[in-house]
Amino acid sequence: MVTLLAIGTGKGLFLATSADRRAWEVSGPHFPMTGVYAVAVDKRAGRPRLLAGMTSSHFGPSVATSDDLGASWQEPDRAPVAFPADTGASLGRVWQLTPAGVDQPDVVWAGAEPSALFRSDDGGRSFELVRALWDHPHRESWAAGFGGQAIHSVLPHPRDPARLAVAMSTGGVYRTEDAGASWTPGNTGIRAYFLPDEWPEFGQCVHKIARDAGDPNRLYAQNHHGVYRSDDDGRTWTSIAAGLPSDFGFPMVAHPSRPGTVYVFPLVADAQRFPADHRCRVYRSTDAGDKWEALSVGLPDEPFYPSVLRDAMCADDADPAGVYFGTRSGEVYASPDEGDSWSLVAAHLPDVLCVRAAEM
Amino acid sequence: MVTVLLPGPLRGEAGGASRLTVAVTGTLRAVLDELDAAWPRLGRRIRDERGELRRYVNVYVDGEDCRHAGGLDAPVGDGAEVQVLPSVAGG
Repeated sequence: MVTLLAIGTGKGLFLATSADRRAWEVSGPHFPMTGVYAVAVDKRAGRPRLLAGMTSSHFGPSVATSDDLGASWQEPDRAPVAFPADTGASLGRVWQLTPAGVDQPDVVWAGAEPSALFRSDDGGRSFELVRALWDHPHRESWAAGFGGQAIHSVLPHPRDPARLAVAMSTGGVYRTEDAGASWTPGNTGIRAYFLPDEWPEFGQCVHKIARDAGDPNRLYAQNHHGVYRSDDDGRTWTSIAAGLPSDFGFPMVAHPSRPGTVYVFPLVADAQRFPADHRCRVYRSTDAGDKWEALSVGLPDEPFYPSVLRDAMCADDADPAGVYFGTRSGEVYASPDEGDSWSLVAAHLPDVLCVRAAEM
Repeated sequence: MVTVLLPGPLRGEAGGASRLTVAVTGTLRAVLDELDAAWPRLGRRIRDERGELRRYVNVYVDGEDCRHAGGLDAPVGDGAEVQVLPSVAGG
């Protein structure tokens, strides 16, 4: 079995393949000189389709697909993700490409900047704006963080296609239970220390959310300070940061099949965006955040300073699961054994923005 | 007729051509609209979905930066040369 690891960087997309998840062949860059903030591997329709969201600093954003593992890419003539004229908005970039559940094999969601959600019904070739979220009365109050104001997380519900959770920075978590016709904020219990009211209904800077493999009502969030779990599908949240060296960071990755297992990469603090203790360590919980363990076998021992961005950590769909992360200094690490041990996939790449992996 | 000169990175969106001929004159907007109709993927590299020139794309009409000549309303007469160039940007 071959594993494909897609690595989106600040200057293009790299593709790595491996038979054992230890030794990798890396090719690329695809879409050179574009920032690839979003990539997806979609296996639902009986073929692996790669989707890439890239942004040229000169020529703007787009989305391309490949049905031959990157040998060729298709990009439609008309912009696949674009704001309707009446919105007066223009797409900054696509931050997230998320295939929907297996019961909707042609549906793909795109999270965008400025904060908007788009839906594709043709496997990611063309998208339409989800109006109800764009028209939400809160939208005027959503503010931009340093990375821009964007929807960066999209979590379909595995059993109910009408339910979806998204997260944006800033703004926080929003949920729908009627297939996107209406949206309500889901941030109760998430702190926004940077606002005068630290416990607002919305406005939090949620960095990433993930859904538990076993319980679809259980979500996890890495916040702008704060690590949380929700047991009611994102309505309310409780802290699970105890046991971590820091509650700041960007990624939050759920194991693909093992309930209660999640991975984070803690940074010291907002004002000290270096790995906790200046060590390259992933932290894993196998009990939904009650306890955490540092994972470092095979990772660098020396002081380590690059951070890991919100989409630059992922798991594949294999058993045992592979876990992957890439750094802003262009190193990518892989674990074939659920985080117990790690090895280097690639070094000296441009800054890593996102990674996604799947068994082919 | 108007001649449109394309930079290397955009020629792939126009069948490899380094120059295109457009029958429309009047304003730069009209010329780009015509370009967009014939080569939509080229068009959206130059302007966003609002029809605005992308920030780091420069367009010169007979050698003058259109941003100093009325922007998309810059007049483009018969025989004019419109040159599209990426600006100096990026790291």
